[in-house]
Amino acid sequence: MKIHQLSMFLENKPGRLSEPCRLLADAGISIVTLSLADTQQFGIMRLIVHDWEKARKVLESAGCVVNVTEVVATEVDDQPGGLAKILEVIEQAKVNIEYMYAFTFRSGDKAVLVFRFNDPDAAVEVLKAKGINVIGNVELY
Amino acid sequence: MTEFWHDPGCTFHPVSAPDYLPVKQLRQLQLHRLRAIVQRAYDHVALFRKRMDERELTPGVLENLSDIAKLPFTVKTDLRDTYPFGLFASPMSEVVRLHASSGTTGKPIVVAYTKEDIDVWSSAMVRCFAACGLGQGDIIQNAYGYGLFTGGLGAHYGAEALGATIIPISGGNTDRQIMLLKDFGTTAICCTPSYFLRIIERAAEMGIDLHELPLKAGVFGAEPWTEEMRKRIEKGSGIKAFDIYGLSEIVGPGVGNECCEQNGLHIFEDHFYPEIVDPVTLEPVPDGQEGELVLTTLSKRAMPMIRYRTRDITLIHAEECPCGRTIRRIRRISRRSDDMFIIRGVNVFPSQIEEALLMVEGTAPHYEIVLTNDGTLDDIEVHVEITPEAFSDRMGALEALQKKLAASIEKIINIHVKLKLVEPNTIQRSEGKAKRVIDQRPK
Repeated sequence: MKIHQLSMFLENKPGRLSEPCRLLADAGISIVTLSLADTQQFGIMRLIVHDWEKARKVLESAGCVVNVTEVVATEVDDQPGGLAKILEVIEQAKVNIEYMYAFTFRSGDKAVLVFRFNDPDAAVEVLKAKGINVIGNVELY
Repeated sequence: MTEFWHDPGCTFHPVSAPDYLPVKQLRQLQLHRLRAIVQRAYDHVALFRKRMDERELTPGVLENLSDIAKLPFTVKTDLRDTYPFGLFASPMSEVVRLHASSGTTGKPIVVAYTKEDIDVWSSAMVRCFAACGLGQGDIIQNAYGYGLFTGGLGAHYGAEALGATIIPISGGNTDRQIMLLKDFGTTAICCTPSYFLRIIERAAEMGIDLHELPLKAGVFGAEPWTEEMRKRIEKGSGIKAFDIYGLSEIVGPGVGNECCEQNGLHIFEDHFYPEIVDPVTLEPVPDGQEGELVLTTLSKRAMPMIRYRTRDITLIHAEECPCGRTIRRIRRISRRSDDMFIIRGVNVFPSQIEEALLMVEGTAPHYEIVLTNDGTLDDIEVHVEITPEAFSDRMGALEALQKKLAASIEKIINIHVKLKLVEPNTIQRSEGKAKRVIDQRPK
């Protein structure tokens, strides 16, 4: 139950974010969510899109450096303590989170957390054992 | 007609015979030719005669080959100072071709050839191609620029004399280069190594795998490159990458070339006599010791060059080559004293930076060096393009890569560098010689 995340290298200068977005738009690919990590010089854009294989092709043929990673998405109640509850489970399992980001999804009473784990398989197992809803590609799109 | 040297696996071509001369006879031939060329220059080139007279020398000073060290040097500015035809030893009625350097500052330098010179040049180029294992039946795509630059026509005449099929495509238009590599079944390509890297990159973008094409050899020259670069090229395309050496002042490409051993470039020393001198004292150093390469044309008629200082830093291998050639080898040229820049009092060559970058796994040799000065201190910034292999979605991994690259450079040049990762294809690709250093320091 892992989903595919695209990441891209971006130089930190005006206009660099809009170009890949425009490429995806022209190819009719919708972005489910994205997150940005940045330093003074460069940034990493992480994307979850419909049809990641097509998106990768579009970006690569435009000369972008694209990397595909497996991440884990879980559903959480959009209310105080929702995130804390999940983090406790992960902490107990001693799985390390490399980074994470969150977004709300469709109806609004649920949020989705996207995790990059050092060991995604172990993380999925422990989350499921604790009854936490791990989302696959199909549900997300 | 099929000759024995066209048998598969046999790369001997009759024109290569002088490559295998017994050393004693080779030295006799060189001395004989040296005396004749020095006499010719003395008789017909005013500047050379003047320098000889100032030293109270005559061509008779040459009793043996080592006496060449008594002769005056020729340097690049001599060609500029005598622009355009001041160093010619033949009347214009015997000159059949002129070439000229790109001349980035002021006037270009002009070189001339008689009919015999063109023949010698072509034969030297044939020996280059033969050393790369090429012969009749090969299809050679010549992506060196045609025109005043010696690269294009030099390789062209050589390929024709070899009996190969030549594709005179000239430089540039990368997509068309790749189309012809594929459609014409090109077996060998001539261009600068940095341009071939561009071809590898572009072919991948076009969905063409160079490994699957008939292309088997590249004859790369016109700019210094490194062993690491060769590894990248050979891995990225499945061809054998050979280094060719030459310079317009001497003849153009074809002064020397690697053989199948790919360990040093054989100098066609029956025509181009090599010496290595200490760049500071200008005293000759023995074989095996590094210094500046000095060349004397032994048979050139239109424009003899006596002890021309190439500014290329190399050494002459003291050992014989396992390939059987008796003509000596120079170590591949990765440094030119011209390319050197000085930062905080330290001499640095771009090739040192290239080597340091390529030692780190997953990097591409696309880089530029920017030199700045904030009014007090020189700073060096190296821009390196990120590659799909080196890229990670984790910030920590990229910062570690940056540190690793900077450390690799600092270990070699002992100066702190600012390393900047940049997006692919943002560093300008050259279709000729790559420009690596951007010096923004106030003059």
